[in-house]
Amino acid sequence: MAILIDENTRIIVQGFTGKIGTFHAQDMINYGSNVVGGVTPGKGGQKHLGKPVFNTVKEAVEQAGAEASIIFVPPAFAADSIMEAADAGIKYCVAITDGIPTQDMMTVKNFLRRFPEDERMMLTGPNCAGTISPGKSMLGIMPGHIYKPGNVGVVGRSGTLGYEAADQMKALDIGISTSVGIGGDPINGSSHRDILEKFEQDPDTKAVVMIGEIGGPQEVDAGIFFKENMSKPLVAYIAGLTAPKGRRMGHAGAIISSSGESAAEKVERLTELGVTIAPTPSAMGETVAKVLAKLG
Amino acid sequence: MDIHEYQAKQLLSEYGVKIAEGGLAYSPEDAVQRAREIGGDVWVVKAQIHSGARGKAGGIKICRSDDEVRQAAEDLLGKRLVTHQTGPAGKVCLRLYVEAGTDIARELYFSLLVDREHERIVMVGSAEGGMEIEELAENRPEAIKKIHIEPAVGLRDFQARKMAFALGIEPKQISHAVKTIKGCYRAMRELDANMLEINPLVITVSGDLIALDAKMGFDDNALFRQQKISELRDKTQEDPREMAAADRGLSYVGLDGDIGCMINGAGLAMATMDMIKLAGGEPANFLDVGGGASPERTEKAFRMVLQDENVKSMLVNIFAGINRCDWIAEGVVQAVNKLNMQIPLIVRLSGTNVEEGRKIIADSGLPIITADTLAEAAEKAVQARNEVVAKQG
Repeated sequence: MAILIDENTRIIVQGFTGKIGTFHAQDMINYGSNVVGGVTPGKGGQKHLGKPVFNTVKEAVEQAGAEASIIFVPPAFAADSIMEAADAGIKYCVAITDGIPTQDMMTVKNFLRRFPEDERMMLTGPNCAGTISPGKSMLGIMPGHIYKPGNVGVVGRSGTLGYEAADQMKALDIGISTSVGIGGDPINGSSHRDILEKFEQDPDTKAVVMIGEIGGPQEVDAGIFFKENMSKPLVAYIAGLTAPKGRRMGHAGAIISSSGESAAEKVERLTELGVTIAPTPSAMGETVAKVLAKLG
Repeated sequence: MDIHEYQAKQLLSEYGVKIAEGGLAYSPEDAVQRAREIGGDVWVVKAQIHSGARGKAGGIKICRSDDEVRQAAEDLLGKRLVTHQTGPAGKVCLRLYVEAGTDIARELYFSLLVDREHERIVMVGSAEGGMEIEELAENRPEAIKKIHIEPAVGLRDFQARKMAFALGIEPKQISHAVKTIKGCYRAMRELDANMLEINPLVITVSGDLIALDAKMGFDDNALFRQQKISELRDKTQEDPREMAAADRGLSYVGLDGDIGCMINGAGLAMATMDMIKLAGGEPANFLDVGGGASPERTEKAFRMVLQDENVKSMLVNIFAGINRCDWIAEGVVQAVNKLNMQIPLIVRLSGTNVEEGRKIIADSGLPIITADTLAEAAEKAVQARNEVVAKQG
């Protein structure tokens, strides 16, 4: 098992026929993801990459049984696409788009909260690399071959730093159940904590790695969830030790704007909460190995 | 994106927020002229830089005559003001705002912020204004009132009243305070601001409610639909290197260290800088070249890093996902040749086609130092930097 997606998950691509959508849709198909079509308003009825194109997400759900979607729509229109997916009954949506206005994301989150919990679409991203359940399905833009299938869950804000972790783990022969990118924006579809909840419930995930960074309250919130609710060990690394206060480090959300948001403060709080800290970004893999060795 | 106090005040006054009479000046003569137009016998000459805490840095001067206004303007124009928000380099003052003096009865604090935890806008107020909110949060947290605003419903009158009463505003001023607070909220929403701070919001001796200072920051991701705000950008207030990088589509932040960096991805960039620090060095910059690191982009990124004269060694760390290492290696070799690079370069490649990439670096005949892991790369970069420093004596 894995969380969020597996080989059976029926996937559609929103922004399917655009250049970026086309490139990554093909990559996902090559990986083995069950892509059942895509949505480009006005191009419904056509075929693209051998799959049907729909005008609306609703049609894709009704006619192709779409359950998950991935969004490559430009920033100005992306919030609308996310809400369309939620409205159409998509269960899980990954928003890849970087540059969505913060207020649009507030609207999206507010819109999602109106659905009863059991009908509410789960959203990860925006500004993320997506989600992969290695060997089963890839709903993202990551290089699939660096992920070895296995029993460690990974959740992180950053794309390439997540690749680094997967690569270190693969080198130590450690596999991953699912790796989830929650994105580098100030307001995310799902938090670290939301993903930890999923991993805690997944019988095939034995331990979890959380890759956080400066800015926002999310990592500590996840640490509190770990202490109160998790039976599985949690390893964390927080990037941005050298980041000065008040400067945005690439990601829209990677900025220390109030106390408690620096890497050092987050590490201190997580340590108090019993989270195993990877002391350096180079030690993510070996820290996981040590934790797994203790589990036996 | 940040704007100046006078710009924020102009915007807010369009939303019904009262401000003191004032005018913009680029020269001492302008400043005196503005003071005369305003009239009265007390003026405040305020340095316009993108930073708070200007008072402590000597950027705000109270004047009681033309001569004092002229003198204040001469002192401030062209000066670099250093506050705890500007960093040690400070920010240059090229514009002044001359404002009528205000008889202050009480100083209050008011702001609107994006609360990342609650994913909505929060209104923050305190009857104890003038101090920085962080100071207040530390010393007198009970003096701070916070009210969250439901995005779909917006800021309601009762919430604005609740805030106004918490600020200790007199009953006869409540309706004006509600108008001010709601105006601020509308400005925040309509203009895609991510912060709006009025500190202090003052009650004058005659009972008026005036924004004595105003600070606004805007969501860069929303500038595409905020043409009017984009036009308020003052490039003199931004790091020229960061501006140049942004124009080239690169994300760069200049820092104080001397090991230059080029990395793909913001998280990996921060992690690599952490690794440099842990190895005993200090990074000179943050630089994310992004996903598609073509040879052209790589060359631009190299130029960005190397124009910083402090840089003693340079570390390239690329995790090729969609990119291929061989392609990136070619870009690196090209950039080194083209720019006739003189300082040590450490390259660590991983991901797709890593063997081919390493071979290209090895076959180039260039004195490029390679590393297999992140830790090794950082150690080698620090070591190379130390050797350069030792040689320079």
